[in-house]
Amino acid sequence: MFEIFGIPSQALFGQLLIGLINGSFYALLSLGLAVIFGMLNIINFSHGAQYMMGAFAAYLILQYFGLGYWPALIIAPIIVGITGIIIERLFLQWLYKLDHLYGLLLTFGLALIFEGVARNYFGSAGLPYTVPESLQGGQNLGFMFLPNYRAWVIAASLTVCIATWFVIERTRLGAYLRAATENPTLVRAFGINVSRMITLTYGFGVALAAFAGVMAAPIYNVSPQMGSELIIVVFAVVVIGGMGSILGAIVTGFGLGVIEGLTKVFFPEASNTVIFVIMAIVLLVRPAGLFGRRG
Amino acid sequence: MRKTLGLAALAAVLAFGAASAQQVNVKIGVLSDMSSLYADIGGPGSVAAAKLAIADFTKDHPNVKVELISGDHQNKPDIGSQIANQWYDVDKVDMIIDVPNSGVALAVSQIASNKNKVFIVSGAAASDLTGPKCNANTVHWTYDTWMLANGTGNAMVKTGGDTWFFLTADYAFGHALERDTAAAVEKAGGKVLGKVRHPLNTNDFSSFLLQAQSSKAKVVGLANAGGDTINSIKQSAEFGIVKAGQKLAGLLVFASDVNALGLNTAQGLTLTETWYWDANDTNRAWTKRWHEAGGAASKYPTMIHAGVYAGILHYLKARLELGGDPEGKAAVAKMKSMPTDDPLFGKGAIDANGRKRHDAFLFEVKAPAESKHPGDFYKLKATIPAKDAFRDPKESGCPLVNS
Repeated sequence: MFEIFGIPSQALFGQLLIGLINGSFYALLSLGLAVIFGMLNIINFSHGAQYMMGAFAAYLILQYFGLGYWPALIIAPIIVGITGIIIERLFLQWLYKLDHLYGLLLTFGLALIFEGVARNYFGSAGLPYTVPESLQGGQNLGFMFLPNYRAWVIAASLTVCIATWFVIERTRLGAYLRAATENPTLVRAFGINVSRMITLTYGFGVALAAFAGVMAAPIYNVSPQMGSELIIVVFAVVVIGGMGSILGAIVTGFGLGVIEGLTKVFFPEASNTVIFVIMAIVLLVRPAGLFGRRG
Repeated sequence: MRKTLGLAALAAVLAFGAASAQQVNVKIGVLSDMSSLYADIGGPGSVAAAKLAIADFTKDHPNVKVELISGDHQNKPDIGSQIANQWYDVDKVDMIIDVPNSGVALAVSQIASNKNKVFIVSGAAASDLTGPKCNANTVHWTYDTWMLANGTGNAMVKTGGDTWFFLTADYAFGHALERDTAAAVEKAGGKVLGKVRHPLNTNDFSSFLLQAQSSKAKVVGLANAGGDTINSIKQSAEFGIVKAGQKLAGLLVFASDVNALGLNTAQGLTLTETWYWDANDTNRAWTKRWHEAGGAASKYPTMIHAGVYAGILHYLKARLELGGDPEGKAAVAKMKSMPTDDPLFGKGAIDANGRKRHDAFLFEVKAPAESKHPGDFYKLKATIPAKDAFRDPKESGCPLVNS
């Protein structure tokens, strides 16, 4: 066994892996944000609240319908996605032509309302939710104990991220979407229902947030403020990756998870700040973000 | 003769009337976190507890008239200070109660002292409030970091947990709790192997838990609160910390946290509290009334709520004795000179440094199978008598004690 900077290599490998796991949450959430910003030009500040709604939906589905984690993983994103579609139809569709600021303020207000309502009905302490039975326990990897659930989080998040990237960047549907963002009038002329496509895209982005929420419910505290704590970090991830860049969101999500994980070993007090330090540096050197296209 | 008699009667009536109608007007403000992470341990539940205290007291003493207001300090010392100033100066509030969050409580304590009003702390934990930062206008009712450290720390060392690793929230409260617990552990013959300080409101503790695991300490002490504690306990279950033989010591865990964790995850956890809703019939009856007074139906009152109730009762007793409109220092001095006695904490006293002294209880969280009804969280492991539960005022470093 060897040491790196005074830390045993085993501990270091463990921390790297944990960083990747946390990174998978960042990647999932920033992916949704990037999709929404890239396709709709809306800075979706209610993303954190929608992540929280996903976790709450999982809890309610268990309480009132007795359905456990696996059904919730499908049903909760659909339900929350539908609320997203309603929001898009009612409010967001009127804002596309305005400055980004309007969309940001609207979604920020919505986030405060969602949080307030959740707090009113469920209190602030949180709700219990346990790891599904099939994923309890863990594997001894030699250098660390890896809970089965965390392994599943990494696998699921990678799959969803790659699938989303593939659909948007490599399929015909994705090409329509990207074209619709560039020039909606032209795409409409080809007989494609652009506004429906945009609505569904927002619903999908919101569903991704809810999916991350269900994934988080067994390991993080399910409370009304769970999203607002995370959303600022996720925004930093998106900015570093380049606003609207799908690949950027995924790669920086995982990468920053690892960097944050290492900070927790070497200088734990700074682990909340390190991402913002990186953000500041990236903005100075590459204002459009690591993967951003200069607009 | 008849005339004289009549006059005497009139005089008697007047004298008696004057005595019984000597109206005492009191205004109380509940300052708490109404909408964020501490809203369940204090918040609207504290207002419900205050209403109960006022109803109970004015029923027997109709000449005491109490007005109640409440406010939200949003866990920000500047907002808390602003409300306290406004209440004491403009709204003529005599006494402020509750104030979870040690940062805000320390600020309000200073204001109460400057304006010579009364401040009763129920929600905040820092033992500094009755230590170096004590003053003659503040009473610290329910619990503090010294008592938590001593209760849980001692008990863990005595049952073999003599090596410790701390997960500490990186702000005043966490540091105080870690400092007090480390002292208690070392005094009892234990050893602190290491610590890691995490930022407030951390989501993922797995990295810190791995560090705790590799320290090989027998006890992992959680010097944090609220969501941080819940996340640490939830994730240590996931990482098999307890299964691998290490013990968790939740240094500040409320009934509401146990509720949020679920017994499945929280079972076996050792913790110290000064009041538990399901401990006896009196507490259960009070809880029922608390629910009717506005406590959320799905929740259980915490020791902080009980402290708000008991603190107000004792304050009103002092005001009744003093009559009129006394200064804050005089009212607190009266509170200290009278023994305390209320249905929830029983008989007790307030020390010279403002520390309220009562029994503390060491609990263990039940396994799901042992829990008979909703809210049946704890089994009692030990009662720590009042004289040992709280710090000796002489050791507190409070200037009031020596003068």
